[in-house]
Formats: sequence, C-alpha cells, structure tokens
Amino acid sequence: MSDKNNLIVYCEYEDGKIADVSLELLTKGRELANTLGVNLEAVVIGNNLHDIEKQIVPYGADVVYKVEDKRLYPYTSNPHAAVLINLFKEITPQICLMGATCIGRDLGPRVSSCLHSGLTADCTALEIGGHKDPKTGKEYADLLYQIRPAFGGNIVATIVNPECRPQMATVREGVMKKQIHDVNHKAKIVNLDVKKYVKPEDFVVEIIDRHIEKSKINIKNSPIIVAGGYGVGSKENFDMLFELANTLGAEVGASRAAVDAGFTEHERQIGQTGVTVRPKLYIACGISGQIQHIAGMQDSSIIISINNDPNAPINTIADFVITGNVEDVIPKLIKYYKKNSK
Amino acid sequence: MSLNIVVLAKQVPDTRNVGKDAMKEDGTINRAALPAIFNPEDLNALEQALRLKEANPGSTVTLLTMGLPRASEIIREAMFRGADGGIVLTDRSLGGADTLATSYSLAQAVKKIGNYDIILGGRQAIDGDTAQVGPQIAEKLGLPQVTYAEEILDLKDGFVTVKRRLESGVETVKSPLPCVVTVNGSAAECRPRNAMRVMKYKFAASPTEMASKPDEIKAIIEKRPELQISEWSAAYVDADPEQIGLPGSPTKVKAIENVVFTAKESRRLTDNDEEIENLVKELIANHTIG
Repeated sequence: MSDKNNLIVYCEYEDGKIADVSLELLTKGRELANTLGVNLEAVVIGNNLHDIEKQIVPYGADVVYKVEDKRLYPYTSNPHAAVLINLFKEITPQICLMGATCIGRDLGPRVSSCLHSGLTADCTALEIGGHKDPKTGKEYADLLYQIRPAFGGNIVATIVNPECRPQMATVREGVMKKQIHDVNHKAKIVNLDVKKYVKPEDFVVEIIDRHIEKSKINIKNSPIIVAGGYGVGSKENFDMLFELANTLGAEVGASRAAVDAGFTEHERQIGQTGVTVRPKLYIACGISGQIQHIAGMQDSSIIISINNDPNAPINTIADFVITGNVEDVIPKLIKYYKKNSK
Repeated sequence: MSLNIVVLAKQVPDTRNVGKDAMKEDGTINRAALPAIFNPEDLNALEQALRLKEANPGSTVTLLTMGLPRASEIIREAMFRGADGGIVLTDRSLGGADTLATSYSLAQAVKKIGNYDIILGGRQAIDGDTAQVGPQIAEKLGLPQVTYAEEILDLKDGFVTVKRRLESGVETVKSPLPCVVTVNGSAAECRPRNAMRVMKYKFAASPTEMASKPDEIKAIIEKRPELQISEWSAAYVDADPEQIGLPGSPTKVKAIENVVFTAKESRRLTDNDEEIENLVKELIANHTIG
C-alpha cells in the first residue's frame, strides 16, 4: 500500500518574513515529496500575507494555502490549530512538517491530538522507507522515518506512524539545509476563507503585550565557536573560554551538561535540545560528546577536541584531538594566536 | 477565591546517569533499572502552583502523575514542599504509551478529578524532551493552553495572565480559566522541603507502599486521610483500552541504534607548546582563524 497524498509544511513567519526553519523544511519536504512522487504543499496563516508566496514557492512548493485575518497574527494556539485540523481533514496530507520552535511545539501536539496522528518532536533526520510490523506482520511502503536521538543521547530511535495520518514531525532550526529549488518554480495559490476554518470562540487567548527581543547571544551565526562541557569543571574556568572566544572573534557555546551544571546560560546550549550550529571551526573543550550534542555540531567544518580523556567519544569526529587539560591548553592557544596573528 | 489546582508531574529516569540496561528489547524504556527523579520543569510548575495557593487562601494543589507505583515518591516530595496530596495513575495496560496515549490517559484522570480551575505542568520531561503532553491534554479537555510560561502574573475574575518566554522575546497573554499552563525551566525554582511538612507527611503512602508498612504505621495512615496517596487504574478513570499504552500509540519505535561514531582521520596532539603553536599557525595559514 502506498499513499499518493501530499506532504505539507506549516510555514511560520514573523514581521513578514518566513522563518528559516520553514524554508529548511520546504527544502527537505521537496526532496521527500520527490521520493514519494507527490506534491509539496505549504500553508501559511497570519495577516498581511499578500506576496508571502514569493518567499515560499522558490523552495519547491506546488501549492500554497493562505489563511489571512488580522486576528491570526501574532500566533495563538487555538485558531492556528483549528485551521490545520480542518484543512487536514479536507486535504488529508500524508506528512506534515513543522519547525520545532515555540510555535511548532505548541501547535503540533494540539493538531496531532485532535487528528489522533503520531507526532515526533525534534527529529534530526527524515527519510522514506518501508516497515513491517513485528507483531501483525503487516507491511507498509513509503513511511516517514522520523529519526531522533533519545534517552540521554545513548540511542538513536527511528519512529514510524504506520496507521495514522498525517505523519507529523518537528525539526529544529538549522538541522536541515535550506536550498532554493528553482527561482521560476510555479505554484497554485489557494486563499482560504478564515470563517470556514476558525470559529469565533477559538480566539480565546488574548495577547496583551509582546516585545520581540533578538537574542543577545548569537552562536548560530558565529563562524567560530568555543564550546565547553562538563569537563571544563566550573563557572570560573568557563571565563577562560570567553577569553579565547574574544581573542578569536568567536562565540561561546556549551553542552547540556555544562548548562545543567550552571556553568553558563541556556541560550548557549548546542545540541538536540539547544541550537544546531555549523561553524567553520568548533573548539570542543571538555566535552565528552553525547549524541545529543554531536547532533548539534557535527557539520562543523573543522572540529578541535580538547579533552584529558583520549577516548572521549567526540574525538572520533574531531579533526584535531588535543589530549590535555582544558586549563593548560586554552592559555597556550591564546598565547600562540596572539603571537602569530598580525 | 479558592482554587483547585492540578499539577501534572512525571517521575523520570535521571538521563545523566544512564546505564546499559536502560532499554528493553521492544525499544521502550526500562524505568525500573534507573535512578528516578522529579522531572525538573515539573518542579517549576509546582512552584507556580504553590504561589497561586498562597495568594488564594483555601486553595488545594493536587499532583497527578502517571507511571510505576513508585512514582508516589514524587507526590510525597511535592507534599513536603507544599502540595496537598496526589494521585498516581498506574496500570500495566498504560505501559509503552507514546505522548498521545499518555495525554489521553492523563486527560481521563483529570476528568475524574473533575473539579479543577487550572492545570499546570512542566514544559517537557527530560527523558523525552517532546513538550507534547501538555498541549495534547489541553486539546483532549477542550481547554486553552499557555505553553512556555515563565511566570503567572495574575489570576482573577476567571482569567489568568501569564508571561511566556519565547525564542525571540517575551509575550504576556491572558487566558480564561480553566486552562493548561506549561512552565519553563527559566521560571522561579521550586522552594525546598519544609521541615514541618516533612514531619507531618513522612508517612504519606500509596496503597502499594502501605502494603509493606508495619501495622502501627498502617493504622496511622488509615486514620489520617491526608496521608493517603491515591492510586488509580486505567479502568477507574474509564480509559478506553484501545487508546492507552502501546496499542493506543500511533507512533511505533521501528529501530533503536546504539550510538557509534564513525571515526574520521583525527590528528592527535598533546598539550606540548610546540605542537599547539604549529596547530595555531596552520589554522591561521588556511584562514580558519585570524
């Protein structure tokens, strides 16, 4: 049995701009739709959407659904959920992808609960493949493999939703690549009437105040990252990482263990439950390298691992492994950088 | 105005201390083999609940958890910190549930509690990091949801005002009651145990725990209802067997891989000055730094 229904991406936007994560998912969605031989669809819900499809279609969407109403922006849970629930009942997509953002992680569960469809959070890879149910022996073709590290990072689980549709997955920003499919790609634009999808009583939660603050810490776009793990040992030792970062024009990142230990703030966390980064240089200091962390930095161009454990798991993906104590090595890196750079 | 506050909490394996026998062959978690803790963000939710209780005299805070019978440990812990009591939803048939089957089961238990003004819970649990159960319970109960809450600013006249912490900033929203609020780790930390309460509730026990207590302790617990932690079964909350546990879970674990990294060519260095200087020079020469 294979499914010829389409794949749909929920597109988030802020200030008239489609979120990067949505464009990344359109890119991935295009690839998966090609594998399945189906159309890629996009849905965007909000206000002032006049030309918004111009940002979406080049990424390969064949159909763009638009739902426009001033009450639909900024995002609130129930109205957006109502649109997706009612639209999905109508167009029965086989797959729905959304960003694992504050919006996607608020919206996805509500939609999946109502439609009784499985949802997998924070996937790090999505593939298409077959599945045989070990109990019933029933075979399924072309399911969405929702792949994510689980359980403290010791395992990678592949999740499937054999029976329920749509198969839903969220993916964090930066995990998938964003790539224009074709600047001249053509799509059908479908304007939906909000009144058909959202009831007045869905507008229950009122936004009183909202101030956008760009996060001060911008590790995602930093070309060089000095990241510390639990092995750095203390908040004071973390200061040394900041010194190296200042010297190199880098940002400081951290593993979850370092954040949990209170060495630095959550905004710096890199990995599955933090930010995904792909800098040109990643200096991992005292990071053992749990899969959750690796998932967030493995695409860095050059990885240096500084660890007193020569067998730390991160060393297997590092280009340079410096076996030694972080507090000995970092001052030397600073010293020799200052000496050799102009 | 006195409130009936329900706090959803989970006893989770401490994922920082995972051993080899952590997973069963069917891909589900072998919880029995792991140290179990109070899910951190559920403690943040408990603190918000206790603040509401203080601001609204006569309110009660009831913990609701689903898990093994030993999850009564976190209810006792919550009682030591200020909660009034709690319920463990525990049944073999609930095992292996994904987030949807879990939220259905918990929603059934909330319906059984019946009289509630606000439901609080942590944003997500550290064993799954999905953040799905809160919104799914809200949907199943037909309630509004407020996720990523950092602080409950105000609750009056049937509305709650909540500050949310989002990626790009802060949002203040107002929702009618009842509603489901999930609380972020960035919210205020939970107060510690209160010594008086520890004395008062140290014998609090579930029926399973009571079974192994000496008779004189049993007698004390039987006389004092506030020491009785409830245990509810799936049947007691009228759960449809088709919608709970493994059979009620649309998502299936297809495969579990232990993590093995493929080694690329690593160059091994020591912390010797010359080696480090050569590395820095090389990185400068190929424009990686500088």
